Amino acid sequence: MSAPPRTPSPLLGPLRQTGRLFTLAAEVCRAAFRRPFQFREFIEQFWFVASVTILPAALVSIPFGAVIALQVGSLTQQLGAQSFTGGASVLAVIQQASPLIVALLISGAGGSAICADLGSRKIREELDALEVMGISPVQRLVVPRVLATMLVAVLLNGLVSVVGTLGGYFFNVIMQDGTPGAYLSSFSALAQLPDLWISELKALIFGFIAGVVAAYRGLNPRGGPKGVGDAVNQSVVITFLLLFFVNTVMTGLYLQIVPPKGG
Amino acid sequence: MGIEVVVEGLTKSFGKQEIWQDVSLTLPAGEVSVMLGPSGTGKTVFLKSLIGLLKPDRGRVLIDGVDMAGGAERDIYETRKLFGLMFQDGALFGSMTLFDNVAFPLREHTRKKESEIRRIVMERMEVVGLLGAEGKLPGEISGGMRKRAGLARALVLDPQIILIDEPDSGLDPVRTALLSQLLIDLNAEFDATMLIVTHNLDIASTVPDNMGMLYLRRLVTFGPREVLLTSEEPVVAQFLNGRREGPIGMTEEKDSATLAREAADGFASAPLPPLAPQLEPSPGLGPRRAAERRRRRVLTLLDQLPPAARAEIRKAYGATAPGRSDAEQATLTPPPPLPTRRSGT
Repeated sequence: MSAPPRTPSPLLGPLRQTGRLFTLAAEVCRAAFRRPFQFREFIEQFWFVASVTILPAALVSIPFGAVIALQVGSLTQQLGAQSFTGGASVLAVIQQASPLIVALLISGAGGSAICADLGSRKIREELDALEVMGISPVQRLVVPRVLATMLVAVLLNGLVSVVGTLGGYFFNVIMQDGTPGAYLSSFSALAQLPDLWISELKALIFGFIAGVVAAYRGLNPRGGPKGVGDAVNQSVVITFLLLFFVNTVMTGLYLQIVPPKGG
Repeated sequence: MGIEVVVEGLTKSFGKQEIWQDVSLTLPAGEVSVMLGPSGTGKTVFLKSLIGLLKPDRGRVLIDGVDMAGGAERDIYETRKLFGLMFQDGALFGSMTLFDNVAFPLREHTRKKESEIRRIVMERMEVVGLLGAEGKLPGEISGGMRKRAGLARALVLDPQIILIDEPDSGLDPVRTALLSQLLIDLNAEFDATMLIVTHNLDIASTVPDNMGMLYLRRLVTFGPREVLLTSEEPVVAQFLNGRREGPIGMTEEKDSATLAREAADGFASAPLPPLAPQLEPSPGLGPRRAAERRRRRVLTLLDQLPPAARAEIRKAYGATAPGRSDAEQATLTPPPPLPTRRSGT
């Protein structure tokens, strides 16, 4: 007889989960370069994620650009710096709002579907069947999905930035009687190209997080169909938490590293 | 010829619950083995541990020198291509038709042309009697059909080791009998090592060359079928008779009071059912190559076996000995290819 197994401390649970999440992330990165690449699966997933996110993203980004423009416009008006409304609201949209909107939508619409799909495959033993055939589910199913969410996030981020900026412009110029010239000139005075890069980089990383978390929860549902439902729920919540945390870190780093143009 | 599977000291537990411990056995190459056991004794867990889907706490599973329990991931994935596993409910891909399901391993692991894939898939579909249903989705067919489709998919890469999880569950007695015959025929055709996990007594008594039984977190016994089928051990005898009286209860182990009462009633020592003969392959298939290997192996083991089993083996091989020489000659000439023979049956 062996020694009785130690009861693991309840504090270790979350740590273990975190560790396994990172393991999956590392495995996805490694498997992404392993041949054969599942091109068909990638296209299908890309199309699926894009089709469920494009319209909501565009519809959300118009009012989001508008509220930022209105809020910033109202503030700058009180401060007497109304001519800088354009720069401020565009930077807020491109750097913060756009990657977050994209990530939330991808996680909410695409990630939840990915999680539910993988979870139901898991409980139907389809993933076990894949492994028995000597096919890694991570390479066959997870990698195409994660790459799809990343690519959709990057492309969608461009769309949301444009639509959000146009919405902000429209509301500032039409509703708040801002002048188009001031809007554009403050924009070019404050904004710079790295702002766009960091925005796309954020979208890329957020897409990766959304994909990996959805896959992780989908691959490890707890007990039956109810477990899959719970897993979907958790995947969205966990993704949201991670996104805002990572966003804070990235924003902090960016502001430290890249010198502001206006200063 | 199939590959030998060596299991050494396998122990598995989920959390504090121990499933079984220190299971050691050898599945002889090319022979059919059955693992019996009451429901919930971890038979499926054992099967999944053999193929490396579940990691045991201790012990090794050696296949061609690769340890499926603790070897390198890359080797395990390679070795799995030698396996065919039939899951309890088929584990078909829900989004694909039966044809695509069965074709899946071929498309993933071989560079065969689509026409050839089609030929092989149709051949396997015919073996399991699913011709005509290949366009259906797994959700549209019965559980028994899903099982057979799962078997077809497990067979499509000509596996060296075939693992079958509860082939009888959800099948009627006739289909179960036909499936038993199919399993023996498959063994005659492919000469693959087979392990069937079941608690169906008809399959257990007629199909295997070797039998084992899992009970109360350990392997009760594993050896030639005659050993288990003539065993005096109360657990085995109760199970093979399907009686209520004996050590096995609804919650695996009965309490001692019930046992004492049963002993007083004198039920515990009812005789074992007579030994049923093992199934032979369908006519036209030729003898199983494993049968001759097994005969030699078992005869060398004879001295170590209990007397009852020894008598049964002597009876079986003694009686068929004159006919064996024909069979031995037949094993030297390879049997004709499979599809042409299938059409006649």
